Amino acid sequence: GLTGGVSQSINEGDVTKYYSSTGHIGEDHGVGGSALPAGIRGRLLRGCSRHRHRTGPAGLRGASGGSVDAGDEKPVVSHAALFSSNISIKQLCPQPSLNPEGGSDCDVVLLNRWSVRNYEVRRGDIVSVMSPKNPQQKIIKRVIGLEGDFIRTLSYKNRYVRVPDGHFWIEGDHHGHSLDSNSFGPVSVGLLHGRASHIIWPPNRWQRIEASLPADRGPLDTEEEEE
Amino acid sequence: MFRSVLGKTLGFVGYTVQYGCIAHCAFEYIGEFVVCSGPSMEPTIVNRDIVFSERMSRQLFKIQKGDIIIAKSPFDPNMNICKRVIGLEGDKICTSSASALFKAHTYVPKGHVWLEGDNLRNSTDSRSYGPIPYALIRGRVCLKLWPPNSFGTLSESPTRKIIKTQSDSD
Repeated sequence: GLTGGVSQSINEGDVTKYYSSTGHIGEDHGVGGSALPAGIRGRLLRGCSRHRHRTGPAGLRGASGGSVDAGDEKPVVSHAALFSSNISIKQLCPQPSLNPEGGSDCDVVLLNRWSVRNYEVRRGDIVSVMSPKNPQQKIIKRVIGLEGDFIRTLSYKNRYVRVPDGHFWIEGDHHGHSLDSNSFGPVSVGLLHGRASHIIWPPNRWQRIEASLPADRGPLDTEEEEE
Repeated sequence: MFRSVLGKTLGFVGYTVQYGCIAHCAFEYIGEFVVCSGPSMEPTIVNRDIVFSERMSRQLFKIQKGDIIIAKSPFDPNMNICKRVIGLEGDKICTSSASALFKAHTYVPKGHVWLEGDNLRNSTDSRSYGPIPYALIRGRVCLKLWPPNSFGTLSESPTRKIIKTQSDSD
């Protein structure tokens, strides 16, 4: 079940850690191709996509509770797919005044798909990947380890894992029942979909998402084993 | 004079961007031409054959057992592999060799597919690296275009490893 309401007491001033615990893309109500004017629709190009994602039980924004495939949300991804344009965002998002409760606990992030076209990621990036368990679902997690790293796992079948070539290790910031590498192991880099670069809604949460590893999660340095 | 040159240049750039978008969407959603290399799919596809792989089946999740698919390699996302789908999620796969006395079976996990090349002796596929996630599939090979004497649709699996259950024929 959801462990929402109990967020880890991560330093709340460090916004990137606090708000990146989601792993699930929720349904985007009111989105459809028909929302876009015909001219813009005709020029679809994969520059950026806008995704909504739920962050957990109402009242505690940012703590996902971890149980991302709660089953009560359909993972639908909306493709705005335009080059620039905040204009498309306004048309796609439901107006807050019409749906105040539903809109208040959702973050909207900007996913940069262009920066991952060569499959280059850094440790600490927040990325969206296609789920290995469900090809229709995309999950947003943080990259903890790259190929060749040794990871001390939290709830995986092996205690220590070497990330194979062409794979990476992703984790949600909230380790409850998170659908991440701790349940399905290293993820192939070919499943990489985009990098979350900014939080763009709600306006009081505007920020650029920086790559940062949580203090206690990271690849094991082989030199540290002397201790 | 300068204005007309500028106008024509901008018009040209506009057309290029438009056709670039259309071409990108075509390759992304309709299909692409693939040059195959390697012996792992012989005799169905040999080295240097050109095939056409369509994207719609993958987007609509209609890939079936026995289809030849192009997928991203699980160990190098910049490389593509061309194999045949032997099993979809939930299917039972026989992993021991044909001559073994005691057969070993495995079940394909959720969201994954089991791939094997037609040339079983000379193919690295799911028998060595396990099932791959469905989302790595790029497209389904539907037509062979080159060489001209073998133009057309591709034949069924020669290896008889595909276990078709009753529900498959629906």
